Amino acid sequence: MQLTLWTYEGPPHIGAMRVATAMRGLHYVLHAPQGDTYADLLFTMIERRDARPPVTYTTFQARDLGADTAEIFKQAVAAAYERFRPQAMIVGASCTAELLQDDPGGLSRALGLPIPVIPLELPAYQKKENWGASETFYRLVRTLAGPPAAERVQTSCNILGPTALGFRHRDDLREVRGLLDGLGIAVNVVAPLGAAPADLARLGEAAFNVVLYPEVARSAAQWLERTHRQPFVETAPIGVKGTVAFVEAVAALAGVDPIPVLRAEGSRLPWYARSVDSTYLTGKRVFVFGDATHAVAAARVAAAEIGFSVVGLGTYSREFAREVRAEAAAHGIEALITDDYLAVEAAIAAAQPELVLGTQMERHIAKRLGIPCAVISAPMHVQDVPARHAPQMGFEGANVLFDAFVHPLMMGLEEHLLAMFRDDPEFHDGAAPSHLGGGARLEAETAVLAAPAAAPPVVWSIEAERELKKVPFFVRGKARHNTELFARERALPLITVETLYDAKAHFSR
Amino acid sequence: MTALASPVACGPEIRFERGQRAVFCGLTSIVWLHRKIQDAFFLVVGSRTCAHLIQSAAGVMIFAEPRFATAIIEERDLAGLADAHEELDRVVRRLLERRPDIRLLFLVGSCPSEVIKLDLGRAAARLSADLAPAVRVLSYSGSGIETTFTQGEDACLAALVPDLPRDEAASLLVVGALADVVEDQFARLLTDLGIGPVRFLPGRRAAERAPVGPNTRYLLAQPFLTETARALEERGAVRIPAPFPLGAEGTTLWLAAAARAFGVAPARVVAVTEPGRARAARALTAHRARLAGKRVFLFPDSQLEVPLARFLSREMGAALIEVGTPYLHRTHLAEDLALLPDGTAVTEGQSLDDQLDRCRAARPDLTVCGLGLANPLEGEDLVTKWSIELLFTPIQGYEQAGDLAGLFTRPLARRARLEA
Repeated sequence: MQLTLWTYEGPPHIGAMRVATAMRGLHYVLHAPQGDTYADLLFTMIERRDARPPVTYTTFQARDLGADTAEIFKQAVAAAYERFRPQAMIVGASCTAELLQDDPGGLSRALGLPIPVIPLELPAYQKKENWGASETFYRLVRTLAGPPAAERVQTSCNILGPTALGFRHRDDLREVRGLLDGLGIAVNVVAPLGAAPADLARLGEAAFNVVLYPEVARSAAQWLERTHRQPFVETAPIGVKGTVAFVEAVAALAGVDPIPVLRAEGSRLPWYARSVDSTYLTGKRVFVFGDATHAVAAARVAAAEIGFSVVGLGTYSREFAREVRAEAAAHGIEALITDDYLAVEAAIAAAQPELVLGTQMERHIAKRLGIPCAVISAPMHVQDVPARHAPQMGFEGANVLFDAFVHPLMMGLEEHLLAMFRDDPEFHDGAAPSHLGGGARLEAETAVLAAPAAAPPVVWSIEAERELKKVPFFVRGKARHNTELFARERALPLITVETLYDAKAHFSR
Repeated sequence: MTALASPVACGPEIRFERGQRAVFCGLTSIVWLHRKIQDAFFLVVGSRTCAHLIQSAAGVMIFAEPRFATAIIEERDLAGLADAHEELDRVVRRLLERRPDIRLLFLVGSCPSEVIKLDLGRAAARLSADLAPAVRVLSYSGSGIETTFTQGEDACLAALVPDLPRDEAASLLVVGALADVVEDQFARLLTDLGIGPVRFLPGRRAAERAPVGPNTRYLLAQPFLTETARALEERGAVRIPAPFPLGAEGTTLWLAAAARAFGVAPARVVAVTEPGRARAARALTAHRARLAGKRVFLFPDSQLEVPLARFLSREMGAALIEVGTPYLHRTHLAEDLALLPDGTAVTEGQSLDDQLDRCRAARPDLTVCGLGLANPLEGEDLVTKWSIELLFTPIQGYEQAGDLAGLFTRPLARRARLEA
């Protein structure tokens, strides 16, 4: 058993719902006890969908247990078919129904419905949401994709991966379509988002596939590559460099010239990052955590395009640990692969970053520790399904990323003034960035107090404590941490002003 | 799927319906219960789905070190039951090390734990013996196969009852978790009526255990407390029948029922309740203008639907199209049912798609429903009020009557304002 309060991912059937809800003309019958319908509100509330997800639940209760549940399941499948007349159905069990051992596939086959009914095996006690989405999409593609077209236009592709409840999937899709359009590449099918089962049958007409989110679509793309000889591009077009690499990779597959797209307007990020106000961003310590695709891309953008130092990188996607470890190594750090938010909190507290890029959970960890934060990955709350166009991908996505990463920080001039005039009432230590409201923020020091509780306390002399106050508050936590570390390693009984500066010298490289 | 009508001679027309149910399971009630009992911890023994459900229901509360968590059953726990008990002990010890302030621990059963027949009652008894006297450990089921939404509170309170001390003295026990502000108002009113001692179940702390005995009269503050009532009656306590304290009329009748049971003169009831009734009347006037004649459809959710429908119909002048409720306790709700207009369609249980068909056909002015249905119905141009708010907001009593009406009028006022 695992003691859990917060989970980064839901169970695998939530992943299946994300695929089903993304599509049209598909219905999901889920063998699940009463109560599992809570999942509907993720879609109707967080994503503000104006229709119910296309999911029928059997909602069995205690009195139904026994031979009855299989019959309830069959009735639910038959009734759902009659009512919704889908082009295809998927059927499966949630965690409790998995224990009952009714066989959704066999039971629905026995009904002899005139449409494809695809059984899903989603092991709820081993796997999680993203795996469930990937497996569902793979099963759908495997069952429904028609044969490879005899003649394919080289400049046509499918876009695979966007789902319901995906982080900025709606807007990413618009950006990527724009890029492909600029290259003169036709989009054959987008799936799962917006696709019907009949559209999946046409997947074989495209020459190649564009995988936007490997967490969802890599399995399906690999299968299409094997069976349909469709190569795929998996380069995430996140950040300017990522987008350029994506455009070049896609253009190469389609045999078109990437230059017109790369020469077009592009992104404001490179100029904004070069403008002098951004000088203050240099080497700011950033901690990145999220799903693998977004964490890796955000770390690259943070380091190479904005000039931050990546001091922490991790993911909750165990399936993609290898990619994240490789990226972390490139930043000279070790990746954090965990789905335990307490481990993430401890790692953030220890790394003492000046900015956290993460999920909704890291937003709250950062708030507790008094560190600025931007959300870059699911899981997200309702505010991260914005009404405005807010992609992560493409050149406009790079603009969005620049604003998102920099906004929680002080603007350069403001930070400069705070450091220079920190004894003035307007620019005192506790002042929050002016654009984030005037309220004083928790000092970063609290992070240190919360972190290594096991370590013996180190005593500060009054003079050293006073000297520490002169350090700008946004790096004071780090200074305190480093000094105490330094003192502890040398078993110094008292931290003096001398110790403070010895430690500063020791840690400045 | 099936709909059996069982019309009564007069009064509401009660139907029973079976099929797909769009309702929460009992685990959801942890989200307000843990705030009520301040030194209790709720440990769900369940799956990742259970953890995800509570996370979704608790919203931002999940980030505030709340006193609930899930012990997620993993594949190796499914292999053998002996191992599962050892695992549970390990999780509980780790939890209590982190939270030494906890005095009462609930092991909360879920669908998976019940299907694998993990005996949480036995686990609770064993852990209670090990951890006494610092921590008491109790168990109950919040699973979807056993409980719907607020029935989780019923199961929790019922688990508390055998643990209450015995007492022969006459007393009043008010049963059902109420917001502290509401509880304080009721305590004042009942004391002013000369009723006493008055105690509440659940208490605000684990150590507050109201004594029960054959001279205990209990008054339900919530309509979903079937098992708790049964457990109290096994201890000899006697229920005071009353409609539920929603709206000015409901509150007055609820207090008057208690007063009658304790032999308080009617004149004193009038005198004590007069200021509250007058304030509620003032607060309700503006809302009545907005709700009068509005046609309301209530989907089943919390079992509060019948008393809410009574309030909407009698105090707000609304017309009731259909009143859904997950369960209908005909005895506990007799007084409220009697106050519904004759022929009111009351549906116990649910067949979701059929009920949605009826709702769409009726085109109500206001639909009270869960968050899974609210935006889709708004998308069909129906005005909705999401029902879970009725559990988190203080709505009982005189001082909250206006707020209660406001919950229903705000969506209508909003729809009238928006022009784009």
